[in-house]
Amino acid sequence: MTSADYLPILILILIAAPFAGIAILLPSVLGPKNPNRMKQEAIESGMIPFADARRRFPVQYYMVAVLFIIFDIEVIFLFPWAVSLNQLKIFGLIEMGVFLGILLIGYLYVWKKGAFEWE
Amino acid sequence: MDLSQLDLRLIGVWFNNMLAGAGLAPGIISLINWVVGALLLLIFALTLAIALIWIERKLAARLQDRLGPNRVGPYGLLQMVADVLKLLTKEDITPLEADRVTYNLAPALAVFQVMMAMAVIPFANGVIGADVNIGVLYLMAIGSVGAMAALMAGWSSNNKYALVGGFRVVAQLLSYEIPLVMAMLIPVLVAGTMRMNGLAEAQGGWFGLGWYVWTLPTAFLIFFIAALAEGERAPFDLLEAESEIVAGFNIEYSGMKFAWFYLAFFLNSWVLAAVGATIFLGGWQGPFVAQIPALGVIYFIAKTLLLFFIQAWVRATFPRLRIDQMMSFCWKVLVPMALLLFIAVAVTLKLGLPQPVQGVALLGLNLVILLATLALVSRAQKRSVGAGKRAFAPELPRL
Repeated sequence: MTSADYLPILILILIAAPFAGIAILLPSVLGPKNPNRMKQEAIESGMIPFADARRRFPVQYYMVAVLFIIFDIEVIFLFPWAVSLNQLKIFGLIEMGVFLGILLIGYLYVWKKGAFEWE
Repeated sequence: MDLSQLDLRLIGVWFNNMLAGAGLAPGIISLINWVVGALLLLIFALTLAIALIWIERKLAARLQDRLGPNRVGPYGLLQMVADVLKLLTKEDITPLEADRVTYNLAPALAVFQVMMAMAVIPFANGVIGADVNIGVLYLMAIGSVGAMAALMAGWSSNNKYALVGGFRVVAQLLSYEIPLVMAMLIPVLVAGTMRMNGLAEAQGGWFGLGWYVWTLPTAFLIFFIAALAEGERAPFDLLEAESEIVAGFNIEYSGMKFAWFYLAFFLNSWVLAAVGATIFLGGWQGPFVAQIPALGVIYFIAKTLLLFFIQAWVRATFPRLRIDQMMSFCWKVLVPMALLLFIAVAVTLKLGLPQPVQGVALLGLNLVILLATLALVSRAQKRSVGAGKRAFAPELPRL
């Protein structure tokens, strides 16, 4: 396994990114151009839009993001461990058990605190 | 005729020999190979998307007792071609209040993401864009870009519906990514590799008995449910709930930009089906695949289309969930279930049981965890009857 195995991915990036970008630009060449104020207004189901849409948002979304970071890092840590499981001795298993145990305590705490309740 | 010659890899060998015959340096030859491979992947993706949209529309129509597209071409097959031509020649509209760069970048990023994900999918033994040794991790990393594209679209549109849609995208895709990846890790544990082709190779066996879906059915179930949510499909399509937020994060998009989101949606469903087929249904494995390697492609496409069919079937059948139901189902049911299953499988593998016994033990373990979860959920459900959130209390008929 060398870094050369990743070269096809680099080539695909170089081909897929312009492809995806250029197709977005095509309609501005092919399509008609009759912009007017009403057409370029944000749609609000027939009402006249008022105020900026970007305002304060419910804190639950923030909670989800924080939870995701914790669990995602945990999952990332599990990846190398999962691949090398058959080379690990029983100590490796206990080590991961301790790690997941600490995580479980945090999980139960978050549950009890009601972070999973959506209001 | 020797049937073992029916191998897609031989086309590559023939192509390389031809280039070498033309007197090119080995470095240039592999460069040409990769460019041709990337272009083939793109063309395949576009053709596939058109086919998938036709399949889904026709299928949903038949399930709902309608005819579906049937005017353009035989069986409406050319309907999608007509749609693409129409969308390409539509006016390019950018809302005045929108953040122009982010707004225009979002659909391109969505399509880019799904095309990059296709790079590590093995279509047949060795027929794969890039067989990197971190295949599953790569899929997870690339998958996160999709959530970013949807959030960019929702935020930059400066539309209230789009913004709510964008928030829901983040909440849903981030939450369901954890059970999805945990479920993908369980076959990695058993196979001991993250290489996508290696995962498919590890599932050999007599007439598909080596597929992980037989020994790890609960992991497959978790994967499939989480994939429905990751693919933004009903019953998890709150982020584009028509009755609440009109069209969700892509409400301000029209013409080709909308088409790009639409394409990314269908290809994403297919990629998730392909990943499921590769790591749980044996990928290109099937009867006689060792004798006739070309059969691998047929088996693989058949399996992915089967999973895609089930996704479309679910979409046409089930009503949408509420956001609190969706979130609590993920965090209170799927995540602990996946975590428990992961630990149990790891311990079972470490016991060092002989091969058939280990398979039976894994199957038993999966079924025990599935049944225990079902029992716990139904108990919690019974306790909370009447505690649901309703705008009004319906009058129950007296029996």
